[in-house]
Amino acid sequence: MTNQDTWPELPGYTDDILNKVFSHFQQWLNADLEGVETEDGREHLRIKWLGRKSGLLKQINDTYVQKTPPEFKKNVGHRFNAFRQSVEFELDPKKISKRTGIAVETLEQLGGGQSKKVVEKSVIDITLPGIRPALGVEHPLIRTMQEIVRVFEHMGYSVGVGPEVETDYYNFEALNFPPDHPARDTQDTLVVAHQEHKPLRDRLLLRTHTSPVQIRTMERQPPPVRIVIPGKVHRNDAADATHSPIFHQVEGLCVDENITFSDLKGTLDHAMKELFGSSVRTRFFPSFFPFTEPSADVQISCIFCGGKGCRKCKHSGWIELLGCGMVNPAVFEFVRGKQPAYDPKKISGFAFGMGVDRIAMMKYGISDIGLLYSGDMRFLEQFA
Amino acid sequence: MKILSAWLRSYLPDIEISDRQLADDLTLRGIAVEGVFDLGPGNGSLFEMDITTNRVDAMNHYGIAREAAAIYDIPLAPLDASLPAAKPARQSFPVRIEAKDLCGRFTARVLRNVNIAPSSGDVTQRFALLEQKVISNAVDATNFVTMAIGHPTHAFDLDKLEGGIVVRRARSGERLKLLDGTERTLTIEDLVVADEKKALALAGVMGGWDTMITPETKNILVEAAWFDPAAVRRSSRRHGLHTDASHRFERGADFAAAPIASALVSRLILAAGGEIEGELIDVIVPEMAARTIQRPAISLHLREVARILGKTANGHAIDAPTVERYLTALGVGMQKAAAEMYVAALPSWRLDLEHEIDLIEEIARLHGYNRFANTLPPFAGSVTELPWAAKDTALRRTLRAAGYTEAIGSTFCSATEAVTFAQQPNSWVPLGNPLSEEVGCLRPSLVPGMLSMLAHNLNREVDDLRLFEMGTIFSGGTERVQERPSLVVGATGTAIAPHPLATMRDYSFYDLKGIAEELLARFVTKSIYFDTFPASTGLMPSWLHSGRAARMVADGETIGFFGELAAPESQSRKLRQTVFVGEFDLERLFRRSLRAPIVRELSRFPAVVRDFSFTFSDAIRWQQIADALTLLAIPEMRSVEPREIFRDKKEASGQYALLLRAVFQAQDRTLRLEELHDWARRIFAALMELGGQPRFPLELL
Repeated sequence: MTNQDTWPELPGYTDDILNKVFSHFQQWLNADLEGVETEDGREHLRIKWLGRKSGLLKQINDTYVQKTPPEFKKNVGHRFNAFRQSVEFELDPKKISKRTGIAVETLEQLGGGQSKKVVEKSVIDITLPGIRPALGVEHPLIRTMQEIVRVFEHMGYSVGVGPEVETDYYNFEALNFPPDHPARDTQDTLVVAHQEHKPLRDRLLLRTHTSPVQIRTMERQPPPVRIVIPGKVHRNDAADATHSPIFHQVEGLCVDENITFSDLKGTLDHAMKELFGSSVRTRFFPSFFPFTEPSADVQISCIFCGGKGCRKCKHSGWIELLGCGMVNPAVFEFVRGKQPAYDPKKISGFAFGMGVDRIAMMKYGISDIGLLYSGDMRFLEQFA
Repeated sequence: MKILSAWLRSYLPDIEISDRQLADDLTLRGIAVEGVFDLGPGNGSLFEMDITTNRVDAMNHYGIAREAAAIYDIPLAPLDASLPAAKPARQSFPVRIEAKDLCGRFTARVLRNVNIAPSSGDVTQRFALLEQKVISNAVDATNFVTMAIGHPTHAFDLDKLEGGIVVRRARSGERLKLLDGTERTLTIEDLVVADEKKALALAGVMGGWDTMITPETKNILVEAAWFDPAAVRRSSRRHGLHTDASHRFERGADFAAAPIASALVSRLILAAGGEIEGELIDVIVPEMAARTIQRPAISLHLREVARILGKTANGHAIDAPTVERYLTALGVGMQKAAAEMYVAALPSWRLDLEHEIDLIEEIARLHGYNRFANTLPPFAGSVTELPWAAKDTALRRTLRAAGYTEAIGSTFCSATEAVTFAQQPNSWVPLGNPLSEEVGCLRPSLVPGMLSMLAHNLNREVDDLRLFEMGTIFSGGTERVQERPSLVVGATGTAIAPHPLATMRDYSFYDLKGIAEELLARFVTKSIYFDTFPASTGLMPSWLHSGRAARMVADGETIGFFGELAAPESQSRKLRQTVFVGEFDLERLFRRSLRAPIVRELSRFPAVVRDFSFTFSDAIRWQQIADALTLLAIPEMRSVEPREIFRDKKEASGQYALLLRAVFQAQDRTLRLEELHDWARRIFAALMELGGQPRFPLELL
C-alpha cells in the first residue's frame, strides 16, 4: 500500500509528465483516505498532508513547484492548486469555506470532509471486544514465594540462597541426620551419578530442602542471624496430583542469645496473620525433625471457613502449613568448627520451613501440583 | 497403626476422659491420632495413629497409655507378667550370642506340652476389632504382645531345633526359607538366629519356615531379644522385608522389655495348657547394655529449660515441680542434684532421649505447645536483600510488561537433550537414580524445558505463546557441579493477536531481538552488538536456525543466543509452527549494574525530520549503515532509524530499497536550513560510500 508514497522524478514539464506526477499524488491521497476510519486518523491525515511545516502539500510545493523554471510555472502551479483544493476539500473543508464562502455543510453534502464512510463509522460498535495488550503473568509459585519472603523481610529477616546441588554433608550430616536415616536413601533423594568413590559427606545430591543454606549461612557469619531462604528443592517422588519431584520451599532461621520457643511461636503466629489475615489462629503440635528440638508442626485455622470446618480443611477447621522447631544443639556443634560463636550453651535459635507449592495450591484452589511445572498458558493466564 | 481405646483404658483404671478428648489431647502432645472411629457400644473407639519415627515406644498400647497417664497425671497399671512355677530342667537351654555387636540380649524360654489351639478371650475380641487375622494361640500371642507393649517376640517349634540357639552373622550364600514362603540368600551382613546346624530366622525381621508353629507343635521356644537397630534395618532393606518386628527393632526396642515380653507371650500360650521348663535363659552383652539400659544419667538445668522454652501463657517459665512431675510420669528417674539442677536417669524404652535438650522437649510436649506464650524476639539488625534481587525483579518486570508469562519447567532433561543443549561437550550432569530415562540428567540449559512447555501448549491448541523461565542450569560433570542462573525466552504464534479491527501479525525474529535489546537496556553497558555465524563455524548453538539467529554481545562478552528454532529440533518435537527461543546468561548479565535513569534536558527548539530513500545491495546490513551514520558524529542528529524496507517480491534483484528517517534537534537553537543541507549531504555521501543509490536526489530534500 505504501509504495504509493514515493516521490516521482520530474524529468521534464510536459503535460504528460505533470499529469502523471499529480495523478500519482492523487492516488496517494485516495489510498490514504481509503485507509482512514476514525476521526483521529483523519486528523493525522490532515497534518500529514496539510501540515504547515512539513505537510506533504508543502513538500510538493517545495520539491516541484518552487524549483520549476519560470516558463513552466503556470502549468505546474495550475495543477498544484487543483490538487491542493482536492486535498482541502477532503481534509479541511473549513479552509475552502473560508476562502470561497461556501458553507462547510454544503461542502460536506457534496461529499467532502466527512465522507459517507466515516459518517457511518462515526458510530462504532462499542460492544466488540477491546484490543487487549498481552500482559505477562507472574507465576503463582514465584508470587507466593515472594509474598512469604516479604512478610519475613518486614520482620527483620534477610534473604539467603544456596546451591541446588548439595553435598551430603550440608543436606544431611550437618543437619544432624544420622548416617542411616531413611531420607538419605536413594529412594527419597535424587543423587548425582558416579559419587560412590567419594566419602559419604562429599557425595553430591539434589538438595531435599533449603535447610543446607542454614548451615552455609551460619558458617559464614556469627550470630545474630535472621534469614529467610526461598528455593527449589527435589525429591525422588513419582509425580501425581499432590507429589512432584520438583517443589519449592521457604525456610527461615533466627539465632541469637535468648531466642526461645515462645519467640518461635510468636514469630510464626505473627507471620501467618500477615500472610493470611489477622483473624487466622495458629496451633502447634509436637513433631520430629533431626535438626530441631523441640520440633513442631503448625496448623492455621482454615482460611476458607474460619475454623468451622469445610471440604478444604477436611472438616477439621485447621490446615497444616509448616514445620519448625528450636535449632538442635547438635547442629550448632557442626557449625562451631568454623564459627566458634555458635556455642549452644550461649545462643539458641529457631528454624521453620514451609512448602510454597502447597500454600499456593491451597490459596488458589489448584488441584494438581503438576500444573505449576507445565507452563500451561490456560492455567497461568488465570493469575493475571 | 491402629489402637483400641478400650485396650488403652485397660491400663488406665482412673481415666475419665472421653475417647475423642483423649485423641485430641494425645495429638496435641505429638502422639498423633489421625482418625477416631466408633466401634459400637461397649467396644470403644479405634484410633488411627501416626507416630513419628523417633517414638517407637509409643507404637503400642501400653506406650500410649503411658503418655495418657503423664498427660492427665493418673496412674498407669503395672503389667502382669507373673508366670506359674517352672518345672526344673535337667540342663538350661543353651544360648550363645556370637555376633555381640549386633545382638545385645537374647532370652529363651522353653514351654513343654503346649496345646496349639485357636486363641480366645482378649486376643480374639481385640483382634476382631482391629481386623487382625487370628492364626493360633502361639502365633497370636506374639502378635498380641507386640501390639500390647511393642516388643516383638518369636515362637519356635522346639522339636525342629538341632542343638541350642546361636545368634550369629549369616554365612555368605547361606539360604533360609522364611515364614512368607520365600527363600532368601543371605550375606555376612545379615544377622540370624540359628541352631548349631542351620539358620532359623532372620533376626528381628522374620521367622523361618522350617521351625514355625504348626498344629502338631508340642514344645515351644519363646524368643524375646534385642537386636541392633542398624543391623535389622540393613537386613530389612536388603531383603525388601518390612515387618512389624523390623519396624520396631530398627527404631530401637526396649532392652529391658525382653523378659516381660517373654512372660506375656508364655502366659497366653500356657492358657491353653502346657508348662514352663527351667528358668528364663537371659544372655546379655554388657557393651550393648551399657549403650541402652545402663546409659548414664544426664543433668537437667532449670535455667536451660527457661532459656530454650521461654514463657508459658501465664507469663512465667515452667517451674521445678512441673518439670519433675512431667518427667517422672514418662519414666525418667529425677534426682535433685543442686538447687536448679536434676540428674535424670533415662528410661530403657526411650532410646531417643540422649541429651538435656531431649528432656526439655519432653517438658514442652507434655505441657502442650499451645500453652506457651507468643512472644517476638527483639531485633536490632538490618535486612539485606540478595545482591541480584533488584536485577532479578527488573528482568521479570520487563518481561511481564512485554507480555511474557513466567513459567517453571523441569530441572531435568534426557541424555540426548543434555548433549544437544550443553554449552561445552561432556559437561553435563547425569543423575544416579533418575525417575526415568527422559529425566536422566540435570538440565544444561533452560531451552529443552522451554520447548517442552511450548509443545505442551501447542498440543492443546494454545498457539500464541510468550513464555520465559529464570532458573539454574548445571554443568561441570559429576565431580564438581557448577550452577549458573539462566533466562530463557520462548515465543510462537502471533505478535499481535487477531481482532476484527486490527491488523494481525506473526511473531518474528525481530520481536525476540527487541526483547533481548530491552533486557540489556536495563543494565549499564559500554558497547552492544549482535552478530551471527554460519553453522559450519560451530559458533552458534546447533538448536538455532542458521541464518535466522543471533548472538548478543555486551562489552565483548557473549550474553546469549536467540532466534528461530532449528528445523530438526522443531521436527523432533512435532512443533507445527515456527518457534523462537533465546537463552541468556544471567551470571554475565548480572555482573553489570542496573541502569539508573538520568534525565536529559528537553530541547525547547523544534526537531526536524528528514527521510532518505536509498537502494542498497543485499550484502549491506543495517548495522553497517547505522555505524557509518554514527561515524559522522553529528551531535544534532538525535536519532536515525530504518522506517521501511522494500524488496521486489517478483524478482530477486539482490537489492533492497531503504527508507530511513533522521531526526535533528539542537539544545540551544533552531536549526538553520544550511546546517540541515550540510548534514543531508554528508549522510548522502556516507550512504553512497556503502554503495547506496539515492532514489531521490539530494536537491529535492
